[in-house]
Amino acid sequence: MTKKRWVQGIVLVVLVALGVFAYQTRQTSHAGESITAVGSTALQPLVEAAGEQYTGEHLGTFINVQGGGTGTGLSQIQEGAVQIGDSDLFATEQKGITGKDLVDHRVAVVGITPIVNKQTGVKNLSTQQLTDIFTGRVTNWQQVGGKKQPIVLINRAQGSGTRATFERYGLAGHRSKTAQEQDSSGMVRQIVATTPGAISYVAFSYVNHTVQALALNHVAPTEANVITNHWKIWSYEHLYTKGQPTGLTKDFIAYVQSPAIQKTLVRQLGYLSPTQMHVERDVDGQVTKIGGTRP
Amino acid sequence: MLKAKLQNKIAIGALYGVAGIVVLILVALLGYILVSGMPQLSWHFLTAPAKAFLKGGGVGVQLFNSFYLLILAMLISFPIALGAAIYLYEYAKDNWVTSVVRTAIEILSSLPSVVVGLFGFLFFVVKLKLGFSILSGAFALTFFNLPLLTRNIEDSLHTISENQREGGLALGLSRWETVNKIILPAAVPSILTGVILSAGRVFGEAAALIYTAGQSAPALNFADWNPFNISSPLNPMRPAETLAVHIWKINSEGIMPDAKAISSGSSAVLVIAILLFNLAARYLGKRLYKRLTSA
Amino acid sequence: MKNTQPTTADLERQLKRRSKAAKLEVWGRVVSFSALILIVAVVVAIIGFVASKGIATFTTNHVNLWDFLTGKDWNPGIKDAHGKPEVGALSMIVGSFLITILSALIATPFAIGTAVFMNEISPNRGAKILQPVTELLVGIPSVVYGFIGLSVVVPFTRNVFGGSGFGILSGTCVLFVMILPTVTSMSADALRSVPRYYREASLALGATQWQTIWKVVLRAATPGLMTAVVFGMARAFGEALAVQMVIGNAALMPHTLVDPAATLTSVLTTGIGNTVMGSLQNNALWSLALVLLLMSLVFNLIVRLIGRKGRLH
Repeated sequence: MTKKRWVQGIVLVVLVALGVFAYQTRQTSHAGESITAVGSTALQPLVEAAGEQYTGEHLGTFINVQGGGTGTGLSQIQEGAVQIGDSDLFATEQKGITGKDLVDHRVAVVGITPIVNKQTGVKNLSTQQLTDIFTGRVTNWQQVGGKKQPIVLINRAQGSGTRATFERYGLAGHRSKTAQEQDSSGMVRQIVATTPGAISYVAFSYVNHTVQALALNHVAPTEANVITNHWKIWSYEHLYTKGQPTGLTKDFIAYVQSPAIQKTLVRQLGYLSPTQMHVERDVDGQVTKIGGTRP
Repeated sequence: MLKAKLQNKIAIGALYGVAGIVVLILVALLGYILVSGMPQLSWHFLTAPAKAFLKGGGVGVQLFNSFYLLILAMLISFPIALGAAIYLYEYAKDNWVTSVVRTAIEILSSLPSVVVGLFGFLFFVVKLKLGFSILSGAFALTFFNLPLLTRNIEDSLHTISENQREGGLALGLSRWETVNKIILPAAVPSILTGVILSAGRVFGEAAALIYTAGQSAPALNFADWNPFNISSPLNPMRPAETLAVHIWKINSEGIMPDAKAISSGSSAVLVIAILLFNLAARYLGKRLYKRLTSA
Repeated sequence: MKNTQPTTADLERQLKRRSKAAKLEVWGRVVSFSALILIVAVVVAIIGFVASKGIATFTTNHVNLWDFLTGKDWNPGIKDAHGKPEVGALSMIVGSFLITILSALIATPFAIGTAVFMNEISPNRGAKILQPVTELLVGIPSVVYGFIGLSVVVPFTRNVFGGSGFGILSGTCVLFVMILPTVTSMSADALRSVPRYYREASLALGATQWQTIWKVVLRAATPGLMTAVVFGMARAFGEALAVQMVIGNAALMPHTLVDPAATLTSVLTTGIGNTVMGSLQNNALWSLALVLLLMSLVFNLIVRLIGRKGRLH
């Protein structure tokens, strides 16, 4: 019994000594600056990859990027609990956000396209037809020139940025009828690919050979059409800060907006850079031409 | 008599059938996961860090995180659950207060994990300023584990025959000594079932961790074992995406071309990891049981 | 032991002093009691947290409780003709209720049957294979279950029962498989706790094996089996990702088992990241969580009641 006590005592002393030693020899440079970005899961890969590059180039900084959803990002930035809030929407488009004190930094443009199951036989729709489908006036693909097959609607979750943008610019402001809802693009694509007669919408970067992207009024969903605003369903990706950013936050946002990221990562991840755009669109949907040298 | 024999035969046959169906379902499920995931497995896949959007990423960091988080969560939750179960079973009077406590613990386990996750986020991450860290994740998982673990240990104590308890008390041991020296050692095998079950839930949990341990896995330096360094694998204050969260993430927003392969590969890795963990736990449990009861 | 005779005073002191064991006993009591208090605190904290947020829908946002429980339209962001937000949770309550009851009803006989098999009929082979397999399955993330459901169960129901394949039926199938391991393994533990001499006594009286199982073992294990079912149902209630992928997640009243439907949990999980804390949309989701807790409480009490009736004595 006493021998056991001895051993326990020695182990404890050794552990404490190790702890103190470790604490003394920790790399103090890494205790430097660190910031946290929270929000949109769609934007997370971009910010995360940019963060990794940035910390690689600036030793002693740490950029913690997490998802959680646009709503979480905006609530936390409004509370001031994090340094950056990632959002798919203008802050004031989100219910419950006053937008006061929040500063918008646009870092990318994302195009959104309707996708359908490959077996429907439809490749083009007019805005009217698309609206009819999503509001439930048209329920069979036959009515819009496809096969005889019932239409299965799949929506993104209420409050999702992709859904808000799609309803606003794709359905001319109409609200989709209540239907199946999924909360991520990957899930939506998977379901559309495997369910006969399914229709939904995703960002351009999620379109692959398993689904059919639709042209709208004979305008194809391409980046070139987004740049000129011929393809209307697109939105900005935003980084929000509370008040003007300072310190590491400011440097990091400037880094994301710099050509080093805009010409490489942003493009690789399937986004467009706001600097490429020939138009600018504000929160009310007003479009103004900018720098449009080419048609 | 004949009727009873016939009945017996039919019933036993039916039980064989039921067990057969269950085995079939379970084996088919495991087979599906392993067969679709096995081709992805390689040394590179098991050790390389994940990639944000290029192909060829691995799950090394996530695998380590899963185990580390499991150990931390167990270190926190097991003693609490053990103490509570002992009190509930050995000391508490069988009155309405005890019954209310039991019911409360049970309904806690029906809370969706996202609720536990958000609670953990608002309390540990934001309020206590632990940030997105393994520690926050471990606390959230503790909340998650306590009901099942407590209930299971209590049931394990119940399985030990009353004779043993009376024997201990008759020898002049106090209740606490009886529990400690006689009941607990005898209950080791069935307590182990509870531990393994809740370990399984820790391995498979995603929603509660997204908001607490985070969903990014910064690269680790496996040569640095000083827990105070941010890139050290042992640092409990770093954000840590686990394997289950990783699977969730690439299925929902992953845009790497080999997302599907990574996802099925990760599932297979997870299954194998749980298998190894269970085997190890059973082996250690058996040895512990032998030593404690000198059976 | 000293040889000298102890004085009476010494003896008195010695007898009155608390023994080491008694001190240990007090210590053990305090430690285990504080662990229980900690758990109670955790439970109270979480339930209080959910309740305070869930009640805000009715107090700060002035939603009528009755409208909430009986309304069929779920669009918290939109106001209806009377200027009231559309927060009717009935379709989701029905969805959660159906899917939990159905999957528990299917899983219970299978799980208990398997547990009996493992414990009573083939303790060696059965337990050796089944126990590790069931424990393995608990750890598989729900996303994986969801994906298998999406690629196997949904097409199956679509081809056999028609419709889009998404619905309560598919959800029930997936949940059945998900809760099976938990219920089986806890039931097996419950059966194991039945003392051996119960069985021996019954067999010695000339009862067949089945009679022993049915009339003695299962009866004696009833409380434990009930706990197993309660935990299985709790898991079914709280499960989100897997169900959401196969049930369709549409907040509509289900008319048949193959219509897309939604559960409280799936709507809560999909929506919570997209809403802003403190807004009506967010509070309404917390109200769903509160409803879930209350429903779970009711289920728990019902199962206990049944368990009390079936008990041996």
